[in-house]
Amino acid sequence: MKILVCPLNGPRPASEFAYGGEVRRSPDPNTCSDAEWSSYVFNRSGSPGVKYEWWCHIASGFWFVVLRDTTRDVVIDTFPAEAVRRGLPTPPAAAAP
Amino acid sequence: MTHRLEAHAEEWLDRTAPLRFTFEGREYQGYSGDTISSALAAAGVPYVARSFKYHRPRGILSFANHDSNTLFQVDGVPNVRGDVTWLRDRMRVSAVNTFGGLWRDRARVLDRFARLLPVGFYYKAFHSKALFPRWERMFRTLTGLGKVSLGAPREATPKRYGFCDVLVIGGGPSGLAAALAAAQAGAQVALADEALRLTGNGAPPALVRAVRDSASITLFPATVAAGYYADHWVALAQQARMTKMRAGAVVVATGVIEQPAVFRNNDLPGVMLASGAARLAARHGVAPGRRVVIIAANLDAYATCLELHARGVQVAAIVDLRAVAESDAAVSACAALGLVVLRAHAPYEAVRGPEGTVAGLTVAPVNEAGHVDASAQRRIDCDAILMSVGWAAAMQLYLQAGGSTRFSEELQQFVPVDSPPGIFAAGRMNGVYDLESRLADGRRAGSQAAAHVGFGVPSGTAVARSTRCPSHRFPIFDHPEAKNFVDFDEDLQVKDLENAAQEGFDSSELLKRYSTVGMGPSQGKHSNMNALRILARIRGVGVEQLGLTTARPMYHPVPMKLLAGRSFYPERRTPCDAQHGALGAVWMPAGNWRRPEYYAVSGESRAQSIDAEVHAVRSSVGLIDVGTLGKIEVYGPDSAELLDRVYAGRFSDLKVGMTRYGLMLDESGVIIDDGVIARLGEELFYFTTTTGGSATVFRELLRLNALWGLDCTLVNVTGHRAAFNFAGPSSRGILQQLTDIDLRDEAFPYLAVRSGQVAGAPARLMRVGFVGELGFEIHVAAGRGREVWEALHSAGLPLALRPFGVEAQRVLRLEKGHFIVGQDTDGLTDPLEASAMWAVAMKKPFFVGQRSLRILQARGPRQKLVGIELAATAPLPKECHLIIDKGAIAGRVTSVTHSRALNKSIGLAMLSPDLAQVGRDIHIRTDNGDMLAARVAAPPFYDPKNLRQKADAGA
Repeated sequence: MKILVCPLNGPRPASEFAYGGEVRRSPDPNTCSDAEWSSYVFNRSGSPGVKYEWWCHIASGFWFVVLRDTTRDVVIDTFPAEAVRRGLPTPPAAAAP
Repeated sequence: MTHRLEAHAEEWLDRTAPLRFTFEGREYQGYSGDTISSALAAAGVPYVARSFKYHRPRGILSFANHDSNTLFQVDGVPNVRGDVTWLRDRMRVSAVNTFGGLWRDRARVLDRFARLLPVGFYYKAFHSKALFPRWERMFRTLTGLGKVSLGAPREATPKRYGFCDVLVIGGGPSGLAAALAAAQAGAQVALADEALRLTGNGAPPALVRAVRDSASITLFPATVAAGYYADHWVALAQQARMTKMRAGAVVVATGVIEQPAVFRNNDLPGVMLASGAARLAARHGVAPGRRVVIIAANLDAYATCLELHARGVQVAAIVDLRAVAESDAAVSACAALGLVVLRAHAPYEAVRGPEGTVAGLTVAPVNEAGHVDASAQRRIDCDAILMSVGWAAAMQLYLQAGGSTRFSEELQQFVPVDSPPGIFAAGRMNGVYDLESRLADGRRAGSQAAAHVGFGVPSGTAVARSTRCPSHRFPIFDHPEAKNFVDFDEDLQVKDLENAAQEGFDSSELLKRYSTVGMGPSQGKHSNMNALRILARIRGVGVEQLGLTTARPMYHPVPMKLLAGRSFYPERRTPCDAQHGALGAVWMPAGNWRRPEYYAVSGESRAQSIDAEVHAVRSSVGLIDVGTLGKIEVYGPDSAELLDRVYAGRFSDLKVGMTRYGLMLDESGVIIDDGVIARLGEELFYFTTTTGGSATVFRELLRLNALWGLDCTLVNVTGHRAAFNFAGPSSRGILQQLTDIDLRDEAFPYLAVRSGQVAGAPARLMRVGFVGELGFEIHVAAGRGREVWEALHSAGLPLALRPFGVEAQRVLRLEKGHFIVGQDTDGLTDPLEASAMWAVAMKKPFFVGQRSLRILQARGPRQKLVGIELAATAPLPKECHLIIDKGAIAGRVTSVTHSRALNKSIGLAMLSPDLAQVGRDIHIRTDNGDMLAARVAAPPFYDPKNLRQKADAGA
């Protein structure tokens, strides 16, 4: 089982965490078109790469953001949830598998 | 005839402790220290098994627990590994996969019909749909190994969790050296080895002792490292349990596995791997035969000959595949003993004796290109043929860990190239063969592994790989009559692989799946390397170009019981669980909880009990435990803002002391949860979620709160608080006796929330209307739940109170037309379709799902949740029965029940909008195809003006 390093609780087994999907920026619901909104709601990119993901340490209810290379399944960095509000840096390109 | 050798100082046997056992019903004797296989070999049993497909007699091959020939049924337990299972007194052993016993196996006739069982037979047979059932019946009878006893006692096999700094896999010289080096650097070390005893496999005795004596090294003997999982998590499978070992670093010193030569009849009992013969002799004092021939392509062959010769076994000939003699002490020693060495000779055919075992070996000259001159063949009489032609690296765990390999032409084996962080390969699997090098390589790996975890500095440099080639490049010899087996588990011959490649399955992965090479119990440990060599020859490429098949856990078959561990399904119980039990609760699962479905009363049927419970609520009073509802508190200045955003309704204008129904949507506008939100203060809300949704809803609210950075905090108090719904016209009068809260309408109106005491316990009371009667939801601390339940229950009994379960509640709410999220709605239902727009405040600036709802509003609903009515005399349809209109599906029933209060059957249904007008006749198709007439009706069915829940109907 994988070990995930929680910024609050340190290294813990992956079974203590819940995955919350990729961090995605919502378009402005008041100005975007129906098509843009539908695409945001229903379309996900399943392609492997370096992605920001939501993860929750279930026992402590702590949400944070993980920058993960899904090709290699390697965690590159973690961020507190408020980093999403402040704006996350552009993810680096995925390393060659 | 016994094959037991004279006693020897190093052997494992206690010859003063004989053990009696039976094999195939016949009695034999072994010694304490024997394994099942060694005792059978010592007893001179001609063969021990039948092969999987052709039911050919088979004997011991590897004596290393890596071949499938020595699987036995032992005292009712199937597929016991004879090589590594200690013999016990009075053991009853029999062969697996026979029809009428090992000696008279009726299926042995299949050997003659090999021509009719071509490669890919399953795929070809199952291709025809018409014949499928016939083939299936035949295969189910013929295949499978041991017989599972369905009456076998259940054994508890709890798993253990282990932790170490460095895990060393393999207890040979390099593994031991690595373990000691890591321990000396200060690391806590675990060492796993699959042999029954840690002998060191040729390591200096002082090293074995030092490892045994080290306080920092935990030994796991008789342990298979069965799988490598992420972040150095290794499954260690032992006889009785699985240990999940978390390591800081792993030394893979898994060694090499000896490979058979492929020639006609190379599966006859008596043909075995030389290393297996050496182990049998050294550990258990068993001779592989009285007169043996060894097929040689490396120095190990000569060393084995010397060992066997010293123990009194006659070596009839050394058949060396190579033309040129290696210069080595062992080779000279064999020459000095006058042993016959035939150079540049190959095995052509093993000769079958009258018992079905080896009677001789026909050999013939072989040239550099591997061509055998069959015309010059000659026969050597012998009763055992030992194969010492090469090794395959036990690379599986290393590959599972993400290591990469290349095929070394010089060594004729795969060697590690690029190890992932924390993985250190050592020893023969690393291509290092002579003893001193293996020890040095182990020390290097152990020191590096310890340093990886932070102990010491890495010392030692890379050890040069062997310059001698220990493996022959193509120990495979054709024969016009075939029966030259590549895979002993699956009875695959050279021609099978050739035919598979011919049919287009000519990559290593495809060849494996089509021919099933490497898919038997030994998982290709003796066949993958030779199969790759054969495929390379067919394709005219090098082995390197083909590559290995993907290695996946398990490395070695692991009993299911070890994987199952202990069954452990946590079940949540409310504080009043014991009370429910005492009242006759019939349980049903609800999320992780168990809840009373209804309370059984003697003399009543299930339906009668449920009916009586419903009637009690409608006529007087009922009590239900709703403690399984999710219960969340949110406090802080932004609490109302958070609720406004996550619920579809508006809560910022909710007055303190009041409650409001809330509907939670996801971003696509689909209803995901509902509950009641109570405002206890300007900055304090208390709200409920559905039973099943509490954990996920709470988690999502935490995420949104963190994302938005609102100034409020959420606490999940689901398990902290007990909750009951006390409902019915008499509820107020009874409850008033127990509480200091003024329950009169003017003081405590419908949908209000009040705090006070109930039966002496601090409580929150909400006036709710879910079941459609005057009712109070009472929330108290979990620790007071039991006494409050008791007080309510006792106080209500004089007025015919009945506790009611989930079923009665479903009837009651259905009479009121309330939908249940997840039952009447599904993963596509939005509030428009559920007719729940009254709970949505579209004018709010934002809430989750709002934008999607706007789109859905413009589009219009594709289905509508409507009420339906059926005559009381009509049979009751089931939930999910379809509504048919003009021969097409027009909807489905989502809930349905018979209502005694209304004297008809009522329900909810998802219906096409054009049929959804009240009064419209619809038709429901039942299980047997009958059509039931029903009518669309407007809920609530019962008390349509909702007077009962609001008015002072009772006391």
